Amino acid sequence: MRKQFVRTVEDLMAKDERLVLLLGDIGVFGFRNAFQRFPTRTYNIGVCEQAMTGLAAGLSKEGLVPVIHSIAPFVVERCYEQLKVDFCYQKLGGNIVSVGGSYDYAALGCTHHCPGDVAVLRMLPGMEIVVPGTPSEYDRLFRSTYADGHPTYFRLSERSNPESFEVVFGRAQVLKQGKLATVIAVGTTLTQVLEGVNDLDVTILYYTTVSPFDAETLKHNCPNNKVLLVEPYYEGVLLPDIMTAFALSPIRVETVGVPHRFLTSYGDQEDHDQTIGLTASGIRSRLEKLIHAN
Amino acid sequence: MDAPLKLLKRQILAATSATGEGHIASAFSILDILWALYDRVLQFDPKHPASNDRDRFILSKGHGSLALYAVLAEKGFFPPAELKNFCTYSSFLGGHPDRTKVPGVEASTGSLGHGLPLGVGVALGLRIHASNRRVFVMVGDAECNEGTIWESALLAAHHKLGNLTCIVDYNHSTDRALGMGDIAEKFKAFGWAATTINGHDSAAIESALRAHEEGRPTAVVAETVKGKGVMQMENNPAWHHHAPSQEELEAMLQELA
Repeated sequence: MRKQFVRTVEDLMAKDERLVLLLGDIGVFGFRNAFQRFPTRTYNIGVCEQAMTGLAAGLSKEGLVPVIHSIAPFVVERCYEQLKVDFCYQKLGGNIVSVGGSYDYAALGCTHHCPGDVAVLRMLPGMEIVVPGTPSEYDRLFRSTYADGHPTYFRLSERSNPESFEVVFGRAQVLKQGKLATVIAVGTTLTQVLEGVNDLDVTILYYTTVSPFDAETLKHNCPNNKVLLVEPYYEGVLLPDIMTAFALSPIRVETVGVPHRFLTSYGDQEDHDQTIGLTASGIRSRLEKLIHAN
Repeated sequence: MDAPLKLLKRQILAATSATGEGHIASAFSILDILWALYDRVLQFDPKHPASNDRDRFILSKGHGSLALYAVLAEKGFFPPAELKNFCTYSSFLGGHPDRTKVPGVEASTGSLGHGLPLGVGVALGLRIHASNRRVFVMVGDAECNEGTIWESALLAAHHKLGNLTCIVDYNHSTDRALGMGDIAEKFKAFGWAATTINGHDSAAIESALRAHEEGRPTAVVAETVKGKGVMQMENNPAWHHHAPSQEELEAMLQELA
């Protein structure tokens, strides 16, 4: 997805003179052509993410469309108040593009892990959150929202689903309709979900926009009010949206995702997937329990 | 004291009486600077507050909002009568300014350390647009404890933002916590042009704010007195966030008559 990020942004910078790219000393080599082609609109701001975020809001105030980029913990958690005050409260648009969400950089340890990004950003009124599953989906979603006047967070993963869908911002895709339960797969978890449960008689909904949450698609595709929610970040972020969607109807929900604790081991992403059960077999096991629950 | 400044101070005092809210002492420490800025330095049109052809002023120390509101009202951005509604439930004039509500307010501030990074972005944005308008940001001395001030100082100097001026209201709020020493020297060390002035000397303020250099940002460190103009409030920490009683109000209004 990082390569697609470069391709998409460079292409848009050529077409849209409002677009300004700010890097927190991350992705600088990847964007080497942008520095050459658009020197007045491409900046390596340095390792000062808080000022970079405020600066980006200042550009937005002047009618420009900023894109800020760094590793997720630094461009989200470190400058959370800048995202809240400078963008959301002031109703300014811009794009926050991260890499390294959850444990994409597993070996670097917990300072570089960020399973909490979506949970905390979900608390900011007006913040849009996009979790693409493939480079092509990122491209579609970015092009359709980058200048929509809202702050939008794009969570780029080191991994990618094998197949891309024609995703639309703010809409879930109905990949399959079945009777026994509804499985919500967010972003790259679709890979494990399809591998684990595609043969079962279940509905599979694919979400690449987390906020705003598409409640309507869920409401119309949940035959027995049993929902398995599979998220690539801290588990359960979408629970309040799901509960609200069903209002007063009774509902059973199981969640699979990153548990709420520091994952202090190293290794790679697959090692952590195995540990926390974010695997095809782990998802199938949780789904079977849900299907058989009375 | 100039006659309009006394009037503005009386309006500020009266504004706090409705709800008992307001950082009066902070407003009084910056009022001379804001008046000089809006009366003699900034280019703006109150009838078209969002015009591109305006200079930008960001009050980063948003708790001084009363001074900004009084000056904006006096300059015609909204009727001065609105000041009496300050901090009431449906007023557009809050304890900290909101750019989405108040004509002439460039940035919603309150949490410290946000206005200068924003101002750096505005200055860079103006340069990208090839505009020759200027950007002024006012921060407090205690606000200079925040790391974002110095991140922004690095950025503004590195990117040679000669269209940016940072005014430091050095009313010594920080002294009880973290000594800031010679703030102008600090900005100079970061690559800014910097000067220290008496923040209550109208001519000195105007001269310092008019001056700017091609290729590097300017810092104007203004030595000020919290609560300036009201004897019992001057440099008295008890008045940081405190509204006067009716008796105190009458005495202060008398002093500012």
